[in-house]
Amino acid sequence: MTNEPFGPRPRRMLDPGRIILYSVLIVAAIYYLLPLYIMVMTSMKGMPEIRLGNIFSPPVEVTFEPWVKAWDTACTGLYCEGLKVGFWNSMQILIPSVIISIVIASVNGYALSFWRFRGSEVFFTILIFGSFIPYQVMLYPLVIITRELGIFGSLTGIIFIHTIFGMPILTLLFRNYFASLPMELFKAARVDGAGFWGIFLKILVPMSPPIFVVAIILQVTGIWNDFLFGVIFAGTKNFPMTVQLNNIVNSTQGVKEYNVNMAATILTGAVPLLIYFISGKLFVRGIAAGAVKG
Amino acid sequence: MIGFRAALAATTMLGGLSVASATDLEVTHWWTSGGEAAAVAVFADAFNKTGHNWVDGAIAGGGNARPIIISRISGGDPMGATQLNTGRDAEELVKAGLMTDLTEIAERDGWADFIRPAKLLDSCRYEGRIYCVPVNIHSFQWMWLNRGVFEDNGLEIPKNWNEFVAAAPALREKGVIPLAVGGEAWQINGMAGVFQVALGGVELFRKINVDRDLEAAAGPQMTQVFEAIGTARGMVDDGFVGRAWNDAANMVITGKAGAQIMGDWAQGEFSVAGQKAGEDYDCLPGLGVYPVLDTGGDAFYFPKPADDNPEVVAAQLEMASLLVSKEVQVDFNLKKGSLPIRGDIDLSAANDCMQKGIKILENPDNILPGGEQSWSSDTTGQMEDLWVEFFNDPDMPVEEAQARYVEIIENAD
Amino acid sequence: MADDAKPNPYFKNLNAKVAAMPMIFTTLVVFVGCSLWTVIYSFSASRSLPVNEFVGFAQYDRLFNTSRWNKSVENIAIYGVVSLCFSLVVGFVLAALMDQKIRFENTFRTIYLYPFALSFIVTGLVWQWILNPTLGLQKAVRDMGWESFSFDLISHRDTVIYALLIAGIWQGTGFVMALMLAGLRGVDDDIWKAARVDGIPKWKTYLFVVIPMMRGVFVTTLVIIASGIVRLYDLVVALTKGGPGIASEVPAKYVYDFMFERGNVGQALAASTVMLTTVLIILIPWVYLEYGQKKRV
Repeated sequence: MTNEPFGPRPRRMLDPGRIILYSVLIVAAIYYLLPLYIMVMTSMKGMPEIRLGNIFSPPVEVTFEPWVKAWDTACTGLYCEGLKVGFWNSMQILIPSVIISIVIASVNGYALSFWRFRGSEVFFTILIFGSFIPYQVMLYPLVIITRELGIFGSLTGIIFIHTIFGMPILTLLFRNYFASLPMELFKAARVDGAGFWGIFLKILVPMSPPIFVVAIILQVTGIWNDFLFGVIFAGTKNFPMTVQLNNIVNSTQGVKEYNVNMAATILTGAVPLLIYFISGKLFVRGIAAGAVKG
Repeated sequence: MIGFRAALAATTMLGGLSVASATDLEVTHWWTSGGEAAAVAVFADAFNKTGHNWVDGAIAGGGNARPIIISRISGGDPMGATQLNTGRDAEELVKAGLMTDLTEIAERDGWADFIRPAKLLDSCRYEGRIYCVPVNIHSFQWMWLNRGVFEDNGLEIPKNWNEFVAAAPALREKGVIPLAVGGEAWQINGMAGVFQVALGGVELFRKINVDRDLEAAAGPQMTQVFEAIGTARGMVDDGFVGRAWNDAANMVITGKAGAQIMGDWAQGEFSVAGQKAGEDYDCLPGLGVYPVLDTGGDAFYFPKPADDNPEVVAAQLEMASLLVSKEVQVDFNLKKGSLPIRGDIDLSAANDCMQKGIKILENPDNILPGGEQSWSSDTTGQMEDLWVEFFNDPDMPVEEAQARYVEIIENAD
Repeated sequence: MADDAKPNPYFKNLNAKVAAMPMIFTTLVVFVGCSLWTVIYSFSASRSLPVNEFVGFAQYDRLFNTSRWNKSVENIAIYGVVSLCFSLVVGFVLAALMDQKIRFENTFRTIYLYPFALSFIVTGLVWQWILNPTLGLQKAVRDMGWESFSFDLISHRDTVIYALLIAGIWQGTGFVMALMLAGLRGVDDDIWKAARVDGIPKWKTYLFVVIPMMRGVFVTTLVIIASGIVRLYDLVVALTKGGPGIASEVPAKYVYDFMFERGNVGQALAASTVMLTTVLIILIPWVYLEYGQKKRV
């Protein structure tokens, strides 16, 4: 492996180094895939099969009933509407939250790397510290703050919360990324008379799709999967999908319907998963193109 | 429809406001198991029939629901009504002036005359005013047995704990898990309370839970309780970590397990599964040794609406009155498996197990206070931690556990 | 303090300050404000709602004498160290392997990354099932005839922490891998060429040339992993609910339970304060290293 040429695609597939390389990758892939495999298989089995068979065997009789049920009719409390209501609520929370938090964090990162002002590093350090504060600790004071701002229990409230909690990691990402860009670019732009916003919008943003992709991935995942904030700050009308998922998964009516639970789980994970499948390519391609880094 | 008229009267009384028009009330609760959901539906239907609209806000898991409920009330986004445990949590919200005062309606309907045991209403009282409605009586003092499991394996159906202990090895041999338990701490804590009564009798239970008698807590009878929990430890399966109570109940229903020590809400699961008391399953109040009941229960609170909207308040009072009305109490409790909070109603439709419970309640000596009346949720939490730690740690000496128990009682509030 | 680092010291920087207003608000009001609030009320006898009745160190006294808290601290320490090492090493190794111009890179990357897209509710549910000895892997293998096979990490109090680790690492390493891969792709090809010309073995190049160059990536990764560890909560709730017994309790769960379920805000805030202090103690040397000595460029 040590002599592996770092160049174009290998010619010999039976190189022992390559065999080890692929074996390791495949073993790792099995570990990562196992739960997904079980989820998908289980979600397509009927309940009798689940009770009798083992979790690894593929379904004998494939059924999509659990999927329909999870989406459309699974019950929580009195309502049997499945996940579909939560899906749109989650979208309503997700889209503005992602956009606003990324806009703010990218400007932060930019200010922190090119326009440092007295105390800016102090704020940044506190921000990083903030990323270590357990959410649970902040709930009480945040309820008070949002109440005073008059946005508790509303869409604005939940967007506000997601913006705050996305800020530390996103700012760190943008700051590190911008810091790795050559200072000459910035200086040249300054000489050309470009201002704070001009440099940001005309020079930096166009150079930064990879980091925006990373930020989007992080935020979509975090916000879509959030349960705690959504349930407290969003208000009943806006309960996100994870609340329904929790209700379906944790409220068994009679027999625990593993197949419906698994289908509900996959459905809830579908949006972030999709983002990963689509942007995973962009992610690496973008970074490979952004050779300025390093 | 006594309740309806009473509510109207109350509305006028409370300031001569307009006749109650259709109002949406969002009701939060954590009743999401099969039996529980069926019981909630009784409330919702009854309320909807009054022309108002029950907006269901179920959140699975009390641990998820409570923070949401409390933070929403204190955050100024109150729901119309909510299930909440009586006790300190609620008391502080009441103290902060966040709950609608129900005294008018309670006096009008004469709650104090029919709600029994009277303690239930006391726990809703703060400075002489009433802030919640008890809707049922729940007792942890039950053991549920699958008759088929014993019969099919040629075993006598145990009539008390000791017989059950004797039968356990035989069950195990036949591949049946003797005792179904869940992984949540409150389940184990509740089980310990059941053993307290079954092994130490009413006296021990009262000494500890009412008098906070440290000697009793350190005494030999309590040692037996610890040992019994140790015995129970040997009767469970490996898969209990993280299991919910209703999944454990389901193990008994399906015959995977022989029995479960669980409150009467478990009965809701049996009836949802179409099982019949006395035919498919049996129940042993007080583990068949001392048939008494503790009287915990659920209560509904009505947070003050944001702008003290009189229409919402009127609808709240109407719902409060409705929840304890005769008809609703019968239907609700039959579905829930709990006992009604009033003794003046006809429960001939109740099954064998509920009848047993009603009979026990007739004698006031058989009534023990429920956990939330005895201890703050903080103290209960400490007990839960201790019991669940002890239950899972065979290496923990009984003396050490008991010493810690005494310490908790000593510092209890 | 940072003024000397930027190119135009004479510029007033007004725009930057305006642009940073949301950040300033967040840091001062939310993070500093909430932390102070936490510390102050940790000395109070607050029950369900915060009250101004101060009782000195009583809450701390109780905290440090509670076996559940001590177990929580021990657990988070084990979980933290193991998962930090594993995530970094596994993440980096996978990234390095992926960087060998392999076939099906997209497929592998997606496979490693997808768990990160799932919520902890999901992760907990699936792993609870796989790890449950009466339902999952153990049963499956036994059904295939290997009767003595045992895989019941989750049922025993001394091994349950590894069950948490298996699930936690499953979810987290993919993202670490992605970040590392991004870092590796940022390394100039010329460096590899130079290393090859000099005959430096590849592992040495990684260890002594590439990794030091990826400092920024490592810092980011470290912050992400470490903040996840401190906050570890959802996974525990979904997977074990802290059990068996108290064997998989963690500090964040202690805080949450006391704050809401047990109506003892004072105790919860004392636990939070201990957590915050610990984080500060760990972060201060890092802050010092990062900003204390040198300025960039």
